[in-house]
Amino acid sequence: MTTSATIHSEATRQQADAWRRQTSLRRFYTALGVGLLLVAMCATMWFADEANAGHFFERLPHILDFLSWLIPKDWNDVWRALFDIASPHDKGTQEFNFPLGRVYIWGGFYIPEYFELMLTTVNVALVSTFIGFVFAVPFSFIAARNLTPSPILRLVVKRLMELLRAFPEIVIAGLFAAIVSIGPVAAIIAIGLHSIGALGKLFYEINENIDMRPEEGLRAVGANWIERVRFADLPQVLPNFMSYTLLRIEINVRISTIMGAVGGGGIGEELKLSISRGFGAKTLALVLLLFVTIFLVDQFSAWLRRKLVGEQAFPMSA
Amino acid sequence: MATMTVDEISAIEERFPQVFRRPLYKRFWPLLLIAGTALYLAYALWFFSLPQVLRESHWERLPLFLSQWISYDLQPEFRLDQPEITPKYPRFSALGEHPNPDWVIRNPDGTYTVQIDGEAKSVTFDKARATIVAYGETIPISLTGGKPVVTGPVPDWVTVHDDEIVAKLGFVGEVRVTVDRVKVRKRFLGWANFVFDTRSPFFGKSAGEVFSLIISGPELKPGTSNLALAADNIWNNAQWQHGDVWTKLLQTIVMAFLGTLLGGIVAFPLSFFAARNITPSGLLSQVLKRFFDFMRSVDMLIWALFFTRAFGPGPLAGSAAIFFTEIGTLGKTYSEALENIDDKPREGVQSTGANGLLVQRYGVLPEVVPVFISQTLYQWESNTRGATIIGAVGAGGIGLKLWEAMRTNSNWANVFYMVLLTLAVVFIFDNISNFLRRRLSRTLHDYNRLQAEQG
Repeated sequence: MTTSATIHSEATRQQADAWRRQTSLRRFYTALGVGLLLVAMCATMWFADEANAGHFFERLPHILDFLSWLIPKDWNDVWRALFDIASPHDKGTQEFNFPLGRVYIWGGFYIPEYFELMLTTVNVALVSTFIGFVFAVPFSFIAARNLTPSPILRLVVKRLMELLRAFPEIVIAGLFAAIVSIGPVAAIIAIGLHSIGALGKLFYEINENIDMRPEEGLRAVGANWIERVRFADLPQVLPNFMSYTLLRIEINVRISTIMGAVGGGGIGEELKLSISRGFGAKTLALVLLLFVTIFLVDQFSAWLRRKLVGEQAFPMSA
Repeated sequence: MATMTVDEISAIEERFPQVFRRPLYKRFWPLLLIAGTALYLAYALWFFSLPQVLRESHWERLPLFLSQWISYDLQPEFRLDQPEITPKYPRFSALGEHPNPDWVIRNPDGTYTVQIDGEAKSVTFDKARATIVAYGETIPISLTGGKPVVTGPVPDWVTVHDDEIVAKLGFVGEVRVTVDRVKVRKRFLGWANFVFDTRSPFFGKSAGEVFSLIISGPELKPGTSNLALAADNIWNNAQWQHGDVWTKLLQTIVMAFLGTLLGGIVAFPLSFFAARNITPSGLLSQVLKRFFDFMRSVDMLIWALFFTRAFGPGPLAGSAAIFFTEIGTLGKTYSEALENIDDKPREGVQSTGANGLLVQRYGVLPEVVPVFISQTLYQWESNTRGATIIGAVGAGGIGLKLWEAMRTNSNWANVFYMVLLTLAVVFIFDNISNFLRRRLSRTLHDYNRLQAEQG
């Protein structure tokens, strides 16, 4: 009896020792990882600060200085800038020439300039998402391991999509700016091509996880590839496809704003100009409009996604 | 095979009304969606005046630009109104200061021959006449009549202008002839002077020569070792600007890394207060969630423009822009992950009498940390790509350099070099992040399996 108890406690002690060793090792690795991350963080902070035109601690006291130009003398100017209503402060300078941008539609009825620009930006995002969707759907069925009609074609399409995803949009935009003239069309092509790659990747990952039984059923009755994809696979994945496409619209609205700032037309260009020249009222009007639009697009897309697939978590970007 | 009777069919219809008698709007919504999309596209066509834009676009430039990505040209010019014909090269030509290429031949009879594609495509000229040979044809041009005149039939690859004759010879180049000068453009595949530029003492030497110079040669510049000199010359290559490009690339990487990391650090504690099931106050949760939405919706571009104005252009502004956007994005994803946790471990730890902080540490954290890390890696990946674009508005990194190189429309080889580097960076960081995430999900998977086995 005594011997068995000793053996038992001996085994327990060994087990406890092993456990302790393992935990301390794990703690050591965690600490090492966190330490390395901190070192990397400090090093990169120093590097970013060194390479910057103005330095962090030198500029920090002045960080709120830009608020002085941002805050307008007359808050009503923000609304006037937003809706292109003449301002009493207008002295012929660009800062307050609000009515100049009116886009007349019918007689005295006009769309304010910033709404027109915002519309351009949103339209760029929508059209390029559409282009992405139209190409990504067939590509995704070719690239999915379980559905592909030919392994070689699968490899080609997969590589093509990877390339489109990784290729900097700004280069495609710059290239096409030289061909179709600078403006929204070049931005559409650039964002559209990128969307093909980004959506295609997400789509084929969905395709690889589908239930194959409907597909087998259709194969058994002699359906060809297109018929199988249309009637067995597409109905399963379409809600998820739509949901990812909506998410893509959110991302593309942001990208198309940025594209605008580098010459892609739309609201980005105006925003960049107005910030760099320090037009307070105009900047606030633009930021407000952009903020509200992006917020509405996000909320609408989230609502639609909830209706389509319920509370399913998605990566925020891709 | 038995055929179904009408009764049987209607019996099935009777049994499944949800399939056969759906409300109208449900039956027709796909059609409506397609019609709506078609209408919208027609509107977009008008909105962007696409037909006009496409009509006025220059698609013939596309192959030209693309060929410039991987090739360079030399443009010797021969003045015919000087006493003696001598080739002149533009300043900063890829051949250096005293070029003597073997495809410009001075014939014994005083004429010059420029071989654009060996013997097959060439031009031979003196002050009185020029002869272009290409595509198996010989085109004689007389230069004596005050303007250049093609004697004989004009093929379609030759264009005759008022005072100039242009022969387009495809990818390899072109010849332009006027009465007082002959201009040749000869195109070469590859990147010129990629390692050493024309000012370098190593210029024009073969790899073997350079190596032997570095290892055992006399010092080319007194006081500096040849190795240091070579490294300096490569780093400061005037044409390719390797040093600048690589520094800017590093800035882009740093921007994405720093922005995502700082965003994660700030979002981490905030997300606990924003999660509905953990927060001590519902009001605080709502306020924080709206704050996250605000940071996200203000958009990276606006942050970038503001911080560029605040800190001046550079990676600090870019990092700060990504940082602020990431607080919103990561805060949102973190708090959503927290809201989806299993409450049982938390209750277990709570029942032992642990305080609030310990409950979070041992009851909540083990469950969400893998999800947090995975989401952060996703964002890091996407920000590495995004940092390129943000750079173009002045927020530092390779974006601005790319944009400037493209704006001149002439430096496409440099653009391609930077694109290749960017692609490599994106590829490498994608793979690192994928690898880490796969490791993480394997750990998660093992953990779940263990849980399942133990019941």
